[in-house]
Amino acid sequence: MMNYDSAPSGPPDDPAVHARGLTVVRGPRTVLRGIDFDVPRGQITGLLGPSGCGKSTLMRATVGTQAKVTGTLQVLGLPAGSPALRSRIGYVTQDPSVYLDLTARQNLDYFAAVLLPHASRADRHAQVTAALADVDLEDHADALAGNLSGGQVSRVSLAVALLGTPDVLVLDEPTVGLDPVLRRDLWDLFHRIATERGAALLISSHVMDEAERCERLLLMREGRIIADDAPDALRERTGTGTVEEAFLKIVDAEKAKEALR
Amino acid sequence: MNATRTLSTAARVLRQLRHDPRTVALMLLVPCILLALLYWVFDGKQQQFNSLGASLLGIFPLITMFLVTSIATLRERTSGTLERLLAMPLGKGDLIGGYALAFGLLAIVQAVLATALAVWFLDLEVAGSPWLLLVVALLDALLGTALGLFVSAFASSEFQAVQFMPAVVLPQLLLCGLFAPRETMQPVLYAISNVLPMSYAVDAMGEVLTHPTITTTFIRDASIVAGAAALVLTLGAATLRRRTA
Repeated sequence: MMNYDSAPSGPPDDPAVHARGLTVVRGPRTVLRGIDFDVPRGQITGLLGPSGCGKSTLMRATVGTQAKVTGTLQVLGLPAGSPALRSRIGYVTQDPSVYLDLTARQNLDYFAAVLLPHASRADRHAQVTAALADVDLEDHADALAGNLSGGQVSRVSLAVALLGTPDVLVLDEPTVGLDPVLRRDLWDLFHRIATERGAALLISSHVMDEAERCERLLLMREGRIIADDAPDALRERTGTGTVEEAFLKIVDAEKAKEALR
Repeated sequence: MNATRTLSTAARVLRQLRHDPRTVALMLLVPCILLALLYWVFDGKQQQFNSLGASLLGIFPLITMFLVTSIATLRERTSGTLERLLAMPLGKGDLIGGYALAFGLLAIVQAVLATALAVWFLDLEVAGSPWLLLVVALLDALLGTALGLFVSAFASSEFQAVQFMPAVVLPQLLLCGLFAPRETMQPVLYAISNVLPMSYAVDAMGEVLTHPTITTTFIRDASIVAGAAALVLTLGAATLRRRTA
């Protein structure tokens, strides 16, 4: 058996995700065009941009489920997609990937067994209960996922990603369709995971007001990263009041540059 | 592969089925009802019912498992759960083994019900042991699971998956010796029937029907069905890709 604990993870101050010249081709289209970025540990990095700009592809490449990836892409010091990484990354796809004909708890029980086959039954049970509590679903644990609301199902999907205390969490629009209170609670949870466990979180969103909650932002447009900075620095640099205005200003500047070419 | 992961996958598939009692009821009861119907169709002509009935005992599990597996795997692919599982430390063998275990178990229940009905109530005359009928039925079920898993890779919707059933199973049904003895068919068709696994499934049932002991032909036929199932399961595993476009 492979011992995942002894897998190399690089020195702790190394970024959790390190990309240089990352390019992804899907069919006739180049979705990511040679981008560079880092995702530091112990922080939330927001990935923002209009839909279709390549956010999900970047996340799938990081998790190792995307084909035709070229360039450098290292996760915890290993090439993305390495077998040793599979138990160390929590991944939430845009559409909730859970079994609708199972209850929330049965879903978590199964994924916990896949993730932690050597843990004792009691240990797995504790992890499942903790994950359900983290996403505030204890009251609906025994309801069929198919009978839950859209927001509740996406929380079941999120809970699956929290199992096994991953070092890297890749969350593709985890708060879409949730009410403000729940969104605030989840962001509090994300911050706790980052600071208490030192995990690296890469969270995508197309809702700009969520950007303010991230320590660092990657702004994307048409397969490129057009800004990589802290929200405060972004606003200061562009002389704007919100990240949304900053994003628009940067996009306009890019468009003006393109028009000049 | 890892025993906990394989068994958990099998348990998960069975749990999903438990939430869908209608499907389970249909899988278990329809073969019995069809056998009874066949018995009444041949009203008194026991000879004809015997040979056809025994063949059907082998064909039902194949068709049922083909259908449930192809739809179940297609659902895994389209719902994103397959991508999630393959991003986790789950072996492809664990997933396929889990499905084979769960559906194999269901196939055993189905075959026990159908065989018991045929032997005790419909007077199916079996020279050999009815247990051997069960063994063949189980191998057929695994073959159906394997074929269903394999074709689901080529279907992008439930419509397509269901249409693969007549495309993959019906030609085998026509050529397996159910309608005309295989040896009497046109040579080209006979040659084709020789490479289709269902032919051996039906032949094996025929051997049990007419011989009181285990014959070498039976062992050969059963091994061919098992080998075909293993081969197609391997091909099916190759269609599960961790990285997709």
